[in-house]
Amino acid sequence: MISDVKLNYSDAVAGEKKSKKIHPHKFTMWVAIGSMIMMFAGLTSAYVVKSGQATWQEIRIPELFWYSTIAILLSSVTIRLSLRNFKAREMQKYRLLIAVTFALGVLFIVLQYLGFQQMWASGITLSGSGAGQFIYVIAGFHALHVLGGIVALLIIFIKAFIGKTKTYSSLPIEIAGTYWHFVDALWIYLMIFFILIG
Amino acid sequence: MSNEVNPNIHSTETSHADLHDEHHVHHHKETFITKYVFSQDHKMIAKQFLATGIIWAIIGGLFSVLFRLQLGYPDETFPILETFFGRNAEGGRIQPEFYYSLVTMHGTVLIFFVLTAGLSGTFANFLIPLQIGARDMASPFLNMLSYWFFFAASVVMLSSLFVQTGPASGGWTVYPPLSALGQASEGSKIGMDLWLISMALFVVSSLLGGLNYITTILNMRTKGMSMTRMPLTIWALFFTAVLGVLSFPVLLSGFILLLFDRHLGTSFYLSDIYVNGQILPNEGGSAILYQHLFWFLGHPEVYIIALPAMGLTSEILSVNSRKPIFGYMAMIGSLFAITILAFLVWAHHMFVTGLNPFLGSVFVLLTLLIAVPSAIKVFNWLTTIWRGNIRFTPATLFAIGFVSVFISGGLTGIFLGNSTIDIHLHDTKFVVAHFHLVMGVSSMFGMLAGIYHWFPKMFGRYMNNTLGYIHFWVTITGAYLIFWPMHYEGLAGVPRRYLDLSGWTSFNQFTELNKFITIVSIVVFAVQLMFVFNYFYSMFKGRKLTTTNPWGANTLEWTTPINPGHGNWTGEIPEVHRWPYDYSKDGREFIPQTEKVGEDESQH
Repeated sequence: MISDVKLNYSDAVAGEKKSKKIHPHKFTMWVAIGSMIMMFAGLTSAYVVKSGQATWQEIRIPELFWYSTIAILLSSVTIRLSLRNFKAREMQKYRLLIAVTFALGVLFIVLQYLGFQQMWASGITLSGSGAGQFIYVIAGFHALHVLGGIVALLIIFIKAFIGKTKTYSSLPIEIAGTYWHFVDALWIYLMIFFILIG
Repeated sequence: MSNEVNPNIHSTETSHADLHDEHHVHHHKETFITKYVFSQDHKMIAKQFLATGIIWAIIGGLFSVLFRLQLGYPDETFPILETFFGRNAEGGRIQPEFYYSLVTMHGTVLIFFVLTAGLSGTFANFLIPLQIGARDMASPFLNMLSYWFFFAASVVMLSSLFVQTGPASGGWTVYPPLSALGQASEGSKIGMDLWLISMALFVVSSLLGGLNYITTILNMRTKGMSMTRMPLTIWALFFTAVLGVLSFPVLLSGFILLLFDRHLGTSFYLSDIYVNGQILPNEGGSAILYQHLFWFLGHPEVYIIALPAMGLTSEILSVNSRKPIFGYMAMIGSLFAITILAFLVWAHHMFVTGLNPFLGSVFVLLTLLIAVPSAIKVFNWLTTIWRGNIRFTPATLFAIGFVSVFISGGLTGIFLGNSTIDIHLHDTKFVVAHFHLVMGVSSMFGMLAGIYHWFPKMFGRYMNNTLGYIHFWVTITGAYLIFWPMHYEGLAGVPRRYLDLSGWTSFNQFTELNKFITIVSIVVFAVQLMFVFNYFYSMFKGRKLTTTNPWGANTLEWTTPINPGHGNWTGEIPEVHRWPYDYSKDGREFIPQTEKVGEDESQH
């Protein structure tokens, strides 16, 4: 007779792993990504609709956004490497790479913020109408999503250093990695979008 | 472990024996807080959604009764209105602006808080793990968060009722520019901000729930439970979750842009506005843009409300007519078709808002196409009960009632879906009558059917049948008496959202009819309170269950003990060997899904 539900639940999950099914939590992340794509699709299609209107004002993307793009691209590489090292049980390298990813994520947010300041200083504010308003909202919301990823990384990072029990499950870092690649890809899409449609 | 075959578990004797073993699942420590408040048990979360939904239904329903009082008797004063609404109904007469707030809140509360969270939240949480054979949701923690986000949304929405300038007004669709400009009306001030915050929390709740439902259905099914062996309830709840996960984020982006317009001086939706003698600097915005974003959710939302009711109805009708569901695959196919079409028809809400008329004709075609899957479903329900050995439980009656009002309300959808006829009918009582029947009343019927049917599984007791019959007959009669006449009013041109129609002499012909509608709505509301009494009374005093499977149903939830603990099955999760609709087959009344297909058994 089963006395602990949690035990049994994890058994069920383990059973599914053997059958090479995707882990439910990973799958949840993929569905959530679909949902986030819809949100940004809503925002960018609003952008497309509005860009056809008479008073639309185009803007130039601040240069700093290019640097932030490099930062987030690099962070995708480092999180990938950190997962590989975790699986190889190279914990020293893993911790270092997670820390680097974390730092690159923070750098991205800082660069975005400075980019916004640059835009604001050049006279693109929230008043009037045009691409500027949208970039503040869309890029701002993207930055919020990155921030969410940073918080997740921070938790994994802390666990990697002060966790008393050894974890062998790569699941959290895999899920965080999937999310991280998503916000990276999302930013690339947004950059291309701003350049082509803006 | 769950994947191993254990033939013993399939016999009903074992599940009877399990009754006495239910204490085993409580071995791990459960405090009051973890069991009843921050519970991660899907069954408790379902009950939390249901209880919150019932409270909201009483509030939202009470609003409609109170404003109906004024609509029926525009010249009278009612002290009770002043008691409830204070200076918004000074001297016992509702202020016209406040009436607009009331209809806004009535719509918001019933659409989102009752028929989305109360319906999907309850039955998706309750039935998905039980009917697919899972211990719990894929992520019980996210599931708990889903309820508490809903609770937070409820608190914010409730608090908006008590702010000085009143709750949001402008209709449940909160179109800008009215909703974007605080100076435009009282209801566009702090009430609107609270509305938007509450709805943002609500969207988060729905998404967390939806992610879990989809993942659980696709990943956590027990052995043998292939997709085409799932009960139709699960299929319906699956498509509902897909609709929600794909459409709610778009609504959220619309709300975000609206918040920017309200507080940060952007012009996403605002252009060339002159309000209270003041010219606003905003230019280049488009109010139509908001409508596109809103209705991209708004229309799927109709199906988010309707599909769970369809699923519950399919299951209840099949079980209680002791017949297999007619056209199982056609039912799934039509659910799928409705889901796809739901995303392609949003602009039929915008025929007269300045939408390109040529674009409108495309949306007419797509809108009318929805009649095809809807009709398939209706015919399948009718053929399911046709010549069945029907047990007229209150649940069955409400399920049949669902089919009835879904037909009546659906037919008028064909009128409204034509852009040319919509020029005459838009924003009239005809629209009010249409959507109340086809999605309001019908989904409420589906939900009530579900509550009556699964109440024994939820609480281990039956609801009172006599009260159930009174509830049903008064409600269905009342629903038709309230909404049928509204079609005539709408055809004559009576606009919706107007408190006082005495300015139009041509509408005087409806004076007595309006009184009649008001009286009926009071009676119907009273009967709903009786249902609430029945619900809570039966929870503690209802007749106790003596068998695990009171309805003789095939699905897995009835193989659990009468009061299942967290984890649902005390032993191993049963394995599934057949589809859930083997009723009256080979001379047997019902064959549970857990029973192996016999050697000489005929194919279904």
